[in-house]
Amino acid sequence: MTSFKASLRKMMEGRSGRTKAQYLAATRRARGGSAGSRPGSGSADASGSRPVRARPVRQPFRPPVTSRPLRCPFPPLDGLAMLSLDFLDDVRRMNKRQLYYQVLNFGMIVSSALMIWKGLMVITGSESPIVVVLSGSMEPAFHRGDLLFLTNRVEDPIRVGEIVVFRIEGREIPIVHRVLKIHEKQNGHIKFLTKGDNNAVDDRGLYKQGQHWLEKKDVVGRARGFVPYIGIVTILMNDYPKFKYAVLFLLGLFVLVHRE
Amino acid sequence: MNTVLSRANSLFAFSLSVMAALTFGCFITTAFKDRSVPVRLHVSRIMLKNVEDFTGPRERSDLGFITFDITADLENIFDWNVKQLFLYLSAEYSTKNNALNQVVLWDKIVLRGDNPKLLLKDMKTKYFFFDDGNGLKGNRNVTLTLSWNVVPNAGILPLVTGSGLGRDSWESDY
Repeated sequence: MTSFKASLRKMMEGRSGRTKAQYLAATRRARGGSAGSRPGSGSADASGSRPVRARPVRQPFRPPVTSRPLRCPFPPLDGLAMLSLDFLDDVRRMNKRQLYYQVLNFGMIVSSALMIWKGLMVITGSESPIVVVLSGSMEPAFHRGDLLFLTNRVEDPIRVGEIVVFRIEGREIPIVHRVLKIHEKQNGHIKFLTKGDNNAVDDRGLYKQGQHWLEKKDVVGRARGFVPYIGIVTILMNDYPKFKYAVLFLLGLFVLVHRE
Repeated sequence: MNTVLSRANSLFAFSLSVMAALTFGCFITTAFKDRSVPVRLHVSRIMLKNVEDFTGPRERSDLGFITFDITADLENIFDWNVKQLFLYLSAEYSTKNNALNQVVLWDKIVLRGDNPKLLLKDMKTKYFFFDDGNGLKGNRNVTLTLSWNVVPNAGILPLVTGSGLGRDSWESDY
């Protein structure tokens, strides 16, 4: 034996105080009493059947908590502080990789929503394919908070009786009213007049000063489908902006912090 | 399911999905229905004037006055997914100035639960029948149609024209 091997062996023995043979003998049962067992080694079954051993369940890898839980200096607030800091412990326990994964997940959700919206815009040809009714001028058909699905295809010319959503030049709020009159020229240029079902007069009072007719360029879309009540959330968020910020903040926090 | 919050959460999610399914069911069961019924229109009196258009651009335009009768039975259109019918009587014609003109003369809202049989006689128009120019005088072919917009509880908003229409012509006389 070379001195190197001797010193190595000594080193190994020194660690546990046993030789290799002793170690193997001691752990044979734990390792399953395999065929490597020596003859005359003792308590192996004559039938040679392996003792059944449960496999240890793999725990998900949790890096050890290295920091100590902080203690609030004011004893009465201790309970409250522990509650909120338990929640932060969860955040701290995530390692960098999981944090990046959460952020990327969030980004994926946002970008898929955006792609679905843009895809709808292309299919329907309208710049705003889903709108919420904001005023009561089309009652009893549409109330405030109803959702309308719009299309704006060029092949369908505007005809009388259709419900159009249009924007007046200079104003940004779209209006949902019904077409009352159309005059179409030979070249396809259409000018039309609208009126809300619940209004007594037509919309000429709403148009710009001196404007008597609407044209295709003012139209956002024609209403084709309708779902009641769903848009109330949008109206609430518009009327109470604090509510909107609170909802967005909580949602963002929830998505970033929650593990799954 | 051991806290009030998680119970409330799953109850809310369940009721939301049930309502969404019901809404979709309402829509899909009535989406392809034919909503047309026969309609009889009759025009009893026609008068034509040429005045300044006080509802819009102040030019002298033709103003028509008609009195009409409508007979229609709308009962077959109403089902579980119809909230109301918006009826409108429109006149369609073409002139020298414009290839196609459509003007709504009269409209009515028929809610679910209202009497669906229409038997209207000697009705005056609700809206002024102004032309964009002087195209009504001597116009041979002005077509009156009764159409309706079906407003559902949830789903598609179709525009349906009644089968059967009334046609009239203006004499070249003011």
